[in-house]
Amino acid sequence: MDRRESIKALILGTGAIGLGLQGCKNVNDDPLLNQEIAVAETYFGRTPEELERIEELNEEQLFNEHELETIAVLSEVILPPKEPFGGPIEADVPNFIEFIGKDMPKLQYTLLGGLMWLDHEANTAFGTDFKSTPLEQQKQLLDPIAYYDAEIPMKVQSLGIQFFSLMRNLTLTGYYTSELGIKDLGYQGNQPNVWDGVPQDVLDQHGVAYDPEWIAKCVDQSKRGVIAEWDENGNLLT
Amino acid sequence: MQIKESPDVYDVIIVGSGAGGGMAAKQLADAGFNIAIVEAGPFFDPADPKTMTQLKWPYESPRRGAGTDRPFGEFDMAYGGWQIEGEPYTHTEGTKFNWFRSHMLGGRTNHWGRISLRFGPKDFKGKTRDGYGEDWPIGYDDVKPYYDKVDKLIGVFGTNEGLPNDPDGFFLPPPKPRLHELFYIKGAKKSGVPVIPGRLSMLTKRINKDRGVCFYCGQCSRACAVYADFSSGSCLIFPAHKNGGKIRIYVNSVVREVTTNEEGKATGVSYISKDDRKEYKLKGRVVVLAASACSSARILLNSNSKQHPNGLGNSSDIIGKYLHDSTGASSACFVPDLMNRKTNYNEDGVGGMHVYSPWWEDNSKLDFPRGYHIEVWGGMGMPNYGFGFNHNAFNKFFGLKTGGYGPQLRDEVKKYYGSVIGFGGRGEGIARKDNYCEIDTTTVDQFGIPVLKFNYKWSDLEVRQAKHMQDTFEEIIHNMGGEPIWGGKPGKDRDYGLETPGNIIHEVGTTRMGNDPKTSVTNKFNQLHDVDNVFIVDAGPFVSQADKNCTWTILALSWRASDYIIDQLKQQNI
Repeated sequence: MDRRESIKALILGTGAIGLGLQGCKNVNDDPLLNQEIAVAETYFGRTPEELERIEELNEEQLFNEHELETIAVLSEVILPPKEPFGGPIEADVPNFIEFIGKDMPKLQYTLLGGLMWLDHEANTAFGTDFKSTPLEQQKQLLDPIAYYDAEIPMKVQSLGIQFFSLMRNLTLTGYYTSELGIKDLGYQGNQPNVWDGVPQDVLDQHGVAYDPEWIAKCVDQSKRGVIAEWDENGNLLT
Repeated sequence: MQIKESPDVYDVIIVGSGAGGGMAAKQLADAGFNIAIVEAGPFFDPADPKTMTQLKWPYESPRRGAGTDRPFGEFDMAYGGWQIEGEPYTHTEGTKFNWFRSHMLGGRTNHWGRISLRFGPKDFKGKTRDGYGEDWPIGYDDVKPYYDKVDKLIGVFGTNEGLPNDPDGFFLPPPKPRLHELFYIKGAKKSGVPVIPGRLSMLTKRINKDRGVCFYCGQCSRACAVYADFSSGSCLIFPAHKNGGKIRIYVNSVVREVTTNEEGKATGVSYISKDDRKEYKLKGRVVVLAASACSSARILLNSNSKQHPNGLGNSSDIIGKYLHDSTGASSACFVPDLMNRKTNYNEDGVGGMHVYSPWWEDNSKLDFPRGYHIEVWGGMGMPNYGFGFNHNAFNKFFGLKTGGYGPQLRDEVKKYYGSVIGFGGRGEGIARKDNYCEIDTTTVDQFGIPVLKFNYKWSDLEVRQAKHMQDTFEEIIHNMGGEPIWGGKPGKDRDYGLETPGNIIHEVGTTRMGNDPKTSVTNKFNQLHDVDNVFIVDAGPFVSQADKNCTWTILALSWRASDYIIDQLKQQNI
């Protein structure tokens, strides 16, 4: 416990928007959002064995420098950077793909083979490797493999399509699981807050409404800090 | 190698620290007895920052949450999984059972879904109800007082609906439905499928000064650092210890067998320490097994002696028989009316369903017995590994191309974010003698302990129930204006998507209770018929599973058995 560091988890963010429906207006002062949660900055909850495995994987190198550069170039063609969030390189996507390739060996042939295949195509068509080809020519190489027929299982589609789909999947997952990507997406969760229902404008947008009878049974968030007591029939008194 | 014997004699030795073991530890320690808990895994406290995964971001991990180390994703709080290195299990050819084990203090209660459903009156009387299986030797009225006490001690939200087979209780108020749940309510009601607030053991309201209150991060599967959900360690074992209870926890200790004396009575357990791979013995007046239905069966079957040549408590030859898991079938759909969502609010909610559908049909009009309930999921969850895969696959429903690259990918990701709703049907399969686990005499684990061999097959009854689930899902999807995904509705060739036995992680029935020692392993107080100082308080004594999840009943029956043990110890009967 020596690394224990107490923080006050008081960030409410836009969760408060949902509170227009019922009572509980001043949640920022709510002591229950200030429950102490200890965190250790340098861990993400690994067992010693799991940490060891991560360290072992970090010692290995799957892609050479050229391949990593090609991955970086390709990922930015797939998802071009955009202000103010940035793009795959700033989201550390190439290193993420390097790690995943080692963590999931079944992906290695598609990734390594796909990169060589892409360079071969670029050399055949334009006399240079993919990463050095101008964007317009890169697009000419990618257009035939960038789309797939959703009705056909991926594993029976051509290597080019499989490779590009995998690269697109890993690029998007790498970007949207990064700090930048989460901000871009707008995800507001993973922080202490008070859930008090869907905001009215969202209900209106999607054409649904709360049933007042149902809502009457739900938690009154202004009283959630009061210890529960019931009568003998299970009716909540507090 | 010499087996090391501890000179201490415990009043009670409890094997396993999940729901059943935790409750027994709490009750027996509160009653003043001297307790040893023997746990196969390490110590675990949800509040320890070193092991905590709650509120972690995907980018804190190089694999962004992928499930390489842990089958439900690397932030899930169960150590173990479907396979554990060095601790195999085997199958009779042509049969299958997937066995999920979690070796750590609190066991599987650290990551479970917290769906906390009481069994109803019909659920204890299966044979009377429809001729299948067997009746329990007890009924709802025997268990009701314990369900009431469990509700109050641990906390569960829900509502009193007055339903005949989904009993009322002492509920905390439920959270309001999320957007996708409002869509589900609308779609299900159109088909006459009832929907009520979920019943989950998370504290939407304070129940005492020691535990926190839910702050709606939606991460109960990561175990709660403020103890606002139920885990056996944080809600039972630690409070019992704090109360001044005499509890010693032996961690990393794999129980090999229950030891017995010349009279055939239990004297304690022998275990192997994972730390030094040596065998030790503990002595106790009473042994309580709570290692999981299959693990407890394995320990008993491996406890052979002159007095118990067929395994301890197995004169009936019933141990391991009647193993059953919940049935399960799932579906998911894309709902166009859920596209283009505003993301400017946090809808994580509690870590599970705010609404669900209890069983509603009349089986006399159906071609299968027993029912199922429907669990619902969806919403704008935290991105983790896999987010953005086939990001515009739903384009196909609009006749648009799938795949591509370029700036529009960002718009497509946002357009479809939060537009999927999923369903899980979780039902009751019939307990059968020919579905069982036994000792595989050809295989031992890394500690030299003979392993389990499984033999399990669904019957047509369960397959027909799965078909009913899929038909229901299809109708609800249609009512919501949705499009089925995951390759559409599975047909007869795939048993209508019926999950492999074991996949729902509700293993029960291996040491069933009953009044007749020839056809059951324990009596109605979870006490072995053959040996009066050995009890089983996991789901092994379940006669049938019900269309409910098993944990709340494990807790109630463990408390009930503990009261009986206290009484018997005080009377010096055991």
